[in-house]
Amino acid sequence: MMQFGIFSVGDVTTDPTTGRTPTEAERIQAMLAIALKAEEVGLDVFATGEHHNPPFVPSSPTTMLGWIAARTERILLSTATTLITTNDPVKIAEDYAMLQHLAGGRVDLMMGRGNTGPVYPWFGKDIREGLGLALENYALLRRLWREDVVDWQGRFRTPLQSFTSTPRPLDGVPPFVWHGSIRSPEMAEQAALYGDGFFHNAIFWPMEHTARMVHLYRGRFEHHGHGGADQAIVGLGGQVFMRASSQDAVREFRPFFDVAPVYGHGPSLEEFSAQTPLTVGSPQQVIDRYAAMRDHVGDYQRQLFLMDHAGLPLHTVLEQIEILGAEVVPVLRRELAVGRPAHVPDAPTHASLVAAAGGGREATVHAAADDVTGSSPDVVVSR
Amino acid sequence: MTAAASPRRLVTISSGLRQPSSTRLLADRMTRAAIAALAGAGVEVEPTTIELREHARDLTTMMLTGFPSPTVSAVLDMVAEADAVIVVTPIYSGSYPGMFKDLVDLLPEKSLAGVPVLMGATAGTARHALALEHTLRPLLSYLRALVVPTGVFAATEDFGESAGTPADAAPLSGRIERAVGELASLVVGRPPRSRRDPFAVPDLGAILGRAPGQE
Repeated sequence: MMQFGIFSVGDVTTDPTTGRTPTEAERIQAMLAIALKAEEVGLDVFATGEHHNPPFVPSSPTTMLGWIAARTERILLSTATTLITTNDPVKIAEDYAMLQHLAGGRVDLMMGRGNTGPVYPWFGKDIREGLGLALENYALLRRLWREDVVDWQGRFRTPLQSFTSTPRPLDGVPPFVWHGSIRSPEMAEQAALYGDGFFHNAIFWPMEHTARMVHLYRGRFEHHGHGGADQAIVGLGGQVFMRASSQDAVREFRPFFDVAPVYGHGPSLEEFSAQTPLTVGSPQQVIDRYAAMRDHVGDYQRQLFLMDHAGLPLHTVLEQIEILGAEVVPVLRRELAVGRPAHVPDAPTHASLVAAAGGGREATVHAAADDVTGSSPDVVVSR
Repeated sequence: MTAAASPRRLVTISSGLRQPSSTRLLADRMTRAAIAALAGAGVEVEPTTIELREHARDLTTMMLTGFPSPTVSAVLDMVAEADAVIVVTPIYSGSYPGMFKDLVDLLPEKSLAGVPVLMGATAGTARHALALEHTLRPLLSYLRALVVPTGVFAATEDFGESAGTPADAAPLSGRIERAVGELASLVVGRPPRSRRDPFAVPDLGAILGRAPGQE
C-alpha cells in the first residue's frame, strides 16, 4: 500500500496577493494545523524540513513532531530533511529515539545534506566535506541505534569511548531511514548500501532525471543484496494546486507561482508544469499525472506533496489538503494498487520492522550509576 | 590509433547576440578551418555548433531554478563530452557578453579541464583586439582549459578582405590557419575523451577514507 503525505519547508513567505507576511508564531501554528489536518483527512505522513536561517521556522524538528505526536493517533511523522552533515549524529540518535518513544513508533527520518551553504560554517563544518560528513555521520548514527555501547573514532567528531545513546530505540528497533538527494549519486549509493529508502524530491527536476537517479538506486539496492531492484524503497516529492476547474486553479495559483521562492521570476507556470511534477489543475488532472509516476520510476512506496509554500494562506492550504485527502489520494490508492506486484513491499513501519526483528525487545541499558552526577560507581571508587 | 577510431567531437559555441551575426560568420570559418586542419592531421571530426542565443532564456531560467531545460541539458553534455571546443564571442563593453558567462557558470565542474579550446572574438573596431587576452583567456584558464596560444580576433574591417583579396593572403585567414593548426596539434596528441556519466556508481570508500560499514 502506497503512503501519501505532505512535507513542509516551513518558509515564512509574504502572501503576494495581500502583501501580508505571517509572523514566526503564526507560521509555526500554521504548520501544526496543517499536520493535524493531514491526519484528519487520512494522509499517512507529515514531514517537516529542518532549517537554521530565516525565512524558515523549523529549526527544531523533534520538538515540533513531539507536539504533533501528542495530538495525533495514526499519522507517521518524518523529516524532509534531517541534516546529517551539520547535526551531531549523537544528538540525532538521542532526539529521534526519544521521539520514537513519544510517538509510539510513528517515526521515520529522511537524511539530507541541506542546501544552505553557511549552515556548515555556522555549525563548525566545512561544506567541501559534505559527502564525507554525510557518510561518516550516518555510519556512526546506525551504530548508536544498533549497538548498546559504542567505541568510535572518525574524522569529523570527537571520539566516543563506552558511549551509550539513550533512550535506546523503541522495542530495540531503530526508525526507518530514507536518504533524500536530488543530484548526488553518492546518496543513492549510500541508501542502497544499507538497504534504506531513497527519496527523490523531484519538485524542481524533470522526471527523466528522477528516473535515472531512482534507477541507479534500485540497481545498487539489488547489487548490495537487499532484494530485487523492484523491491527497493522509493519515495518521490510532488507539488500540486487544485480547484474544481483547472482554469480556476491556474488563475488562483499563478500570483503565488510567479514570485515564489526558488523558481519565481524564472520559468512560466506552463513551462515549469511541463518540466517538473508541479500540477496546477483539477483533482482529476493531479490523479492522472501522479498515477503515471510509476511508469517512470517503477512501483514505489511514498509520495509526499509540498502544499504550504510560496505564501499561500493557511485557509487555502487546509482546503488543498482536504481536496488531496478526499478526492485525490483515495483514487490514487485504488489505481496504484492495480497491477502492483505482490513482491513489491510497502515502506517499512515500526510495526513491520518489529515483526521482521522477530518481535520487540526491551532495550533499556541499565547502568549502575550515581543518580546525582551520573558517574558510575567504579569512577567514584577510583577518585 | 586504428583507422576505425571514432571521430573526435568538435563543439563550436557561437555567442553572437544578433541574427545574423558576424560572430557566427567567424565561428563557421574557424570551424571549417579546424575540420580541415584536423583532417590533414588524420583526425576525423564530428562537428557541432551551438548558437547560444537560442538558449539564452533557458540559461537564465537555469541560473534561477538550478535545473536545466532539456535543450540546455543537451548543450551542457555536448561541452562536457567535447574533444575540442571553439569559443567565439562578440566583445561588449570590453568583454564577452553575460549570456556566455551564464553558460560558463552553469557548466558542471571540470567540463573543460584539459580540453583544447580555441578562442575567437568579433568587435566593431580593432581597439578591442586584446579583449580576448585579458577577459576570455583568464576565464578559460580558471576552467583549466588548454587554451590555444593564438586567439582569432576580427574587427568589422577584417570582413572586408574577401573583396578582391586572395583568401590565403588575408591577415584574418592567416590567423585562423595558425590558430586551427595549433588546435589540431593539441587534439592529435590526446586520447579521445571518455563520456561523462553523471549516474555512474560512486566509490563511497574513496570519500570516506575506508570502506563504508568498516570502522
